[in-house]
Amino acid sequence: MEVHRHLDEELDELRDSIMRLGGEAEAALRRAMHALSERDIAAANEVLEHDDAIDELEVEVDRQCIDIFVLRQPAARDLRFVMSVAKTAPLLERIADHACNIARAATDLAGEPELKNDIGMGRMGEIASSMLTGALDAFTRSDADAARAIIKRDAEINDLYNHIFRDLIELMVKEPGTATRDARLLLVAKHLERIGDYVTDISELTVYMAEAAVIKHRRGI
Amino acid sequence: MGTLAALCTIVAVSVLGIILSYIAMRGISSISFRFLVDTPRPVGEGGGIGNAIVGSAVLLGLACAAGIPTGIATGVYLSEIGRNWFGNIVRFLIDTLTGIPSIVTGVFVYAVIVLRMKHFSAFAGGVALALIMIPIVARTTEEMIKLVPHSLREGALALGAPQWRVTLGVVLPAAASGIATGVMLSIARVSGETAPLLFTAFGSRFFPNGLNEPIASLTVQIYNYAISPYDEWHAQAWAATLVLMTLILTINVSVRFLTRKKF
Amino acid sequence: MSMTPTAGMKPKFEIKSRAAPSSHAAKISVKDLNFYYGRNQALESISVELPEKMVTAFIGPSGCGKTTFLRTLNRMNDVVPGTRVEGDVLIDGENIYAAGADVVDLRRKVGMVFQKSNPFPKSIFENVAYGLRINRLTSSRGELEARVEEALTDAALWTEVKDRLKSSALGLSGGQQQRLCIARALAVRPEVILMDEPASALDPIATSKIEELIFVLKQHYTIAIVTHNMQQAARVSDLTAFFLLGKLVEVNTTEKMFTAPDEKLTEDYITGRFG
Repeated sequence: MEVHRHLDEELDELRDSIMRLGGEAEAALRRAMHALSERDIAAANEVLEHDDAIDELEVEVDRQCIDIFVLRQPAARDLRFVMSVAKTAPLLERIADHACNIARAATDLAGEPELKNDIGMGRMGEIASSMLTGALDAFTRSDADAARAIIKRDAEINDLYNHIFRDLIELMVKEPGTATRDARLLLVAKHLERIGDYVTDISELTVYMAEAAVIKHRRGI
Repeated sequence: MGTLAALCTIVAVSVLGIILSYIAMRGISSISFRFLVDTPRPVGEGGGIGNAIVGSAVLLGLACAAGIPTGIATGVYLSEIGRNWFGNIVRFLIDTLTGIPSIVTGVFVYAVIVLRMKHFSAFAGGVALALIMIPIVARTTEEMIKLVPHSLREGALALGAPQWRVTLGVVLPAAASGIATGVMLSIARVSGETAPLLFTAFGSRFFPNGLNEPIASLTVQIYNYAISPYDEWHAQAWAATLVLMTLILTINVSVRFLTRKKF
Repeated sequence: MSMTPTAGMKPKFEIKSRAAPSSHAAKISVKDLNFYYGRNQALESISVELPEKMVTAFIGPSGCGKTTFLRTLNRMNDVVPGTRVEGDVLIDGENIYAAGADVVDLRRKVGMVFQKSNPFPKSIFENVAYGLRINRLTSSRGELEARVEEALTDAALWTEVKDRLKSSALGLSGGQQQRLCIARALAVRPEVILMDEPASALDPIATSKIEELIFVLKQHYTIAIVTHNMQQAARVSDLTAFFLLGKLVEVNTTEKMFTAPDEKLTEDYITGRFG
């Protein structure tokens, strides 16, 4: 005998808000990577201008969560959902911040000479983007298995990062003239690696939300 | 609607007021110390209702001694244990008893006690009055005990009190003021009975000398004087009526006062 | 002294966790309890263990049997005609429904506080002394007075009433009357206290006083509390049992019950998905 609860509406609104925030973070990352690869300064500026709206959205999600906690005292599944949303919002906001950093780097790198060989930055950005999309999808569907799959992909990003790191260091040694460019690229890779970590965190929260299992800080999941 | 109710109330209260003031008016002139203390004398020699007052007191005392404990005990039985078919039968019989005309009770006691003893007696009068009291006291007691909230009983039971202790130590004290009211009202009722006494206590012109003899009472005395052909005795009847009414009023007022809520 | 790497170092702070119910012995052990009101079966196959010196809450919708179950623990249902019990209720290993069991002693050992406070229409002192008197637990007036003071202190009421012990108990406020009833139950030094929605008739401040009191009392007594207020169950209890239609659906630690219950029925009830 299902009873319609006031809380259900509020949970739906919260779900909408976090999905919007996730969408904004996804878009920011894609736009930033596009600005980097296509040297599109206009796109990069778009990312930077849009960041304030993302910050406001995160604050709004915070407010919604607090209201639900204090006014509805959610329990069990509902409690885990609101808690996970409250913890995911700042993660998404930081992902967007890293996207901003990538956009700034793209602006700086637009004037620098291109790399001779493909070091894999594009692929790293692809992986990060698809991981983020997958993690948000798993989150909204409370799909713990999909979330676990995303967590496994973090190894890919970390491996790629290590490769890019070694390649760029080699390059800096061999061609010191373009060292500034290489250093900036290295930082972009670092931002992408951090984004991978945040996406992993979001997926761990998804598992907690769906199964009440706390898998963070643990090796086996 | 409200005014109609108010009017009816005024009518009812006025009737009582008229009765009381008329009695007072007719009776007050004959009241004197001697009147209250002397025994009856032949017409023309004065006399009083001293023995009748004492007699009524004795009869009331006997009735209370027999009637109150029995009545309360029956009431306790009915409320605590009598929820079965047997209790229902008892309850029905008691209700019937309440409705029996008092003269029938008097005749019954006459047949069962007076004839056996071959004379009238205060004892028989007391029994007759007790038989009238018992059903009233029993039913009131039962109702008052039922009014004691169940939660009070549970509180005592939960502390390890056996059932009898709960009844005696918690329920009865809680119902006490209600039971006392019932008892007092039955006393007031019984002190006004005349018919049963005619067949049992009969009446007397002397102060009582023991329970095995006939005994005077206010009500019988009033009856005897009222149906006599003498004006002097009529006047004494009015005075005795005034005394009786005063006694009954006093009982009623005391009931109200003594059972005011303390706890 | 060599500097060992951090891999094996213990954390410098203590991780305090709430004691697990399994670390406490079972004070009350119910095995396969069935309860009937005449032909109606009110409780079906209830099996549960209440750990000692902990608070166990019984929750569930109206009519689910939680109060009936509570009252089987001190045999208060015996006073209702037509009731029948099957199964065992063991307190300290002894079956309280065994033939010849001493019900009076049971009720001294297992005290009860009711939903609506029910002080006797006597003085405050006499209320608390009642249990002591009828069970003849004291041998002198001095001892009686000491025990009454002790009970009122344990119930957090002494300072409020110590100057008017002879006045009527009915003159106290609702919250004070309930604490008086708790003192009355504590006076006979029970081992278990059963509470049937003790704060449901009280305002929030009086309620929180009672809840704080429960927190203190559980150091010495095993407590079982029936409540229809889930937040209250969450606040005061260590263990929670969910009843539905006479059956015990789930028993769990309170944290687990309210964050990740095992049964869907439990979750539906806790999240308000059925009335």
